[in-house]
Amino acid sequence: MQHPASFAKPATHSVAQIRAIIRKHKRWDLVFAGLGILALIIGVVTLAGLFIDLVATGWGRLTPEFFTSFSSRRATSAGIAAAMVGTLLVILVTVMAAVPLGVGAGVYLEEYAPKNWLTGIIEINISNLAGVPSVVYGLLGLGLFVYAWNLDHSVVAAGLTLALLILPIVIVATREAIRTIPGHIREGAYALGATKWQLVAHHILPYSSAGILTGIIIGVARAIGETAPLITVGAAVAIFTLPSSPFRSDFPFLSLEWLKEPFTVMPIQMFQWTSRPDQAFQINAAAAGVVLIVMTLALNGLAIYIRYRLRKNIKW
Amino acid sequence: MIEQNLRAPAVLTPTKANLSMTRSRISHIKERLIELVLLLAALSSVAITLAIVVILVKESWVFFQGVPLKDFLTDTQWTPLFDDAHYGILPLLSGTLVSSLVGLLIAIPLGTIIALYLSEFASFRMREIAKPVLELLAAVPTVVYGYFAFLVVTPLLQKLYPGLPGFNLLSAGLVMGVMIIPYVSSLSEDAMRAVPMNLREGSYAMGATRFQTALKVVTPAAFSGIAAAYILAVSRAVGETMVVALAAGMQPNFTWSPLEPAATMTAFIVQVSQGDLPHGSIGYQSIFAVGLTLFLVTLCFNLLGFWLRRRYREVY
Repeated sequence: MQHPASFAKPATHSVAQIRAIIRKHKRWDLVFAGLGILALIIGVVTLAGLFIDLVATGWGRLTPEFFTSFSSRRATSAGIAAAMVGTLLVILVTVMAAVPLGVGAGVYLEEYAPKNWLTGIIEINISNLAGVPSVVYGLLGLGLFVYAWNLDHSVVAAGLTLALLILPIVIVATREAIRTIPGHIREGAYALGATKWQLVAHHILPYSSAGILTGIIIGVARAIGETAPLITVGAAVAIFTLPSSPFRSDFPFLSLEWLKEPFTVMPIQMFQWTSRPDQAFQINAAAAGVVLIVMTLALNGLAIYIRYRLRKNIKW
Repeated sequence: MIEQNLRAPAVLTPTKANLSMTRSRISHIKERLIELVLLLAALSSVAITLAIVVILVKESWVFFQGVPLKDFLTDTQWTPLFDDAHYGILPLLSGTLVSSLVGLLIAIPLGTIIALYLSEFASFRMREIAKPVLELLAAVPTVVYGYFAFLVVTPLLQKLYPGLPGFNLLSAGLVMGVMIIPYVSSLSEDAMRAVPMNLREGSYAMGATRFQTALKVVTPAAFSGIAAAYILAVSRAVGETMVVALAAGMQPNFTWSPLEPAATMTAFIVQVSQGDLPHGSIGYQSIFAVGLTLFLVTLCFNLLGFWLRRRYREVY
């Protein structure tokens, strides 16, 4: 048997040398794992530091009066009542507009859409919309809702602007939820004579509802925290009264007047307080920040929990 | 519903057959109508993109009637609200570029290290805990990061470097960098995990360590996905508004130094919208011209990212 010359060469390393080389390379594994943990810690420490600083600064202002007071020239008597109610109303409009549109689009793309150029364009579009800076949506809201549709700087203009902003989130979540439903569910429904819409309404939507809900919650959390587009749409500088009630004593009992009123929301209130030179207002900003961060983190936590439960429970 | 479907074809007298014919025709029309409504919902995303383009171009068109494109691109001053008005986008571009660069210098290395660590080194449990926690970083409202950069990070940096002004691009960029870590790490990790296991096994069989495999096998194989994550991060950084508006100030300043205050494109839009500009004035139109520039810049990055992502999906 003849060995090629090159075959014999590696034998010049002794076993000890080879072990040393292996050890040297393995050390890099450890170094990199350490680096990874360090990078993770930087992220977590920032998150924790931010939260702790907000709580430490703003804790004293988190009294019941803070939640029930309106704007004021004195920092200690100013509160977030108008901002809380404003956020609630704006988000209500956002959800009413974004959910039917987003879920409908998601269902169409997953269950109906033929594979053609139009579907391709819609898909590129959604992916691009998700990357458009939020302040550009604000310009869209300003040009389209405020001036072209004459909605003025109102709750409904703000809500619709945010609806457009979270639409891609709702669409993508709907599509992903639907995609996890296996094909045999569809085949079973068709085999029993269901029409396409019966399949969608009785099977696809109920089975994907938890996934869609997760997407809606994430979208709402995002919308609650958005500041820039609403400044662009034109939030009110200060609001001293509650908006008109959505309920009336006479027929038809529901009033839509609140849609046309000026608005402010939590993050804008925080922004205004932060940019004031007076330090007392910056304490207010921290307190508003605590409320804001608790709201968004709670919503995100809820979404993570639903997703976790979902993955545990459903076995097709 | 299912019961009805089962019963329908059982016994058909002639009249019943006619009835079921009309019923099936009605249900056919209903099906087509529903499909049309869902298609319209899906097309709304295309309509939004068109509306953004139309509104930005329409208002910018009027703006460019008064301001030559050459001045817009070459003038080094941006003072649209002064008596001596200059309309050069360069100061806003430089502010955007510097703050984004600082942010990306934080987010890209840290995000990549975290992605490699979570995908190649971390245990299953570590990954399950670390991923949602990191994603919370992206869930915190940006105005809270703005507060943090302006009132916590800047004073800290001023202790290290006493000459630092209260508004500066450095602290805005640093905080923004931490904020966009999850955009880099999440998408890169998805790409790395999509690399088939047998490539890693082949590498281990050749005697490579984890670190060598991660760096020389997994990273090149997931390259286009990682690149797409970087591009998404760039587009986020360029479009980020509240952090820079609060921490970097809103004075346009043609500078390349992160230690100076400067306005970004997004901060300018916020600054102008905060005041009460009359609809149709040149100041009002200028925010649309800036918005159009911002939209075009992010559009290029988004399309590049979309193309890259699609490519990496097709490889395996």
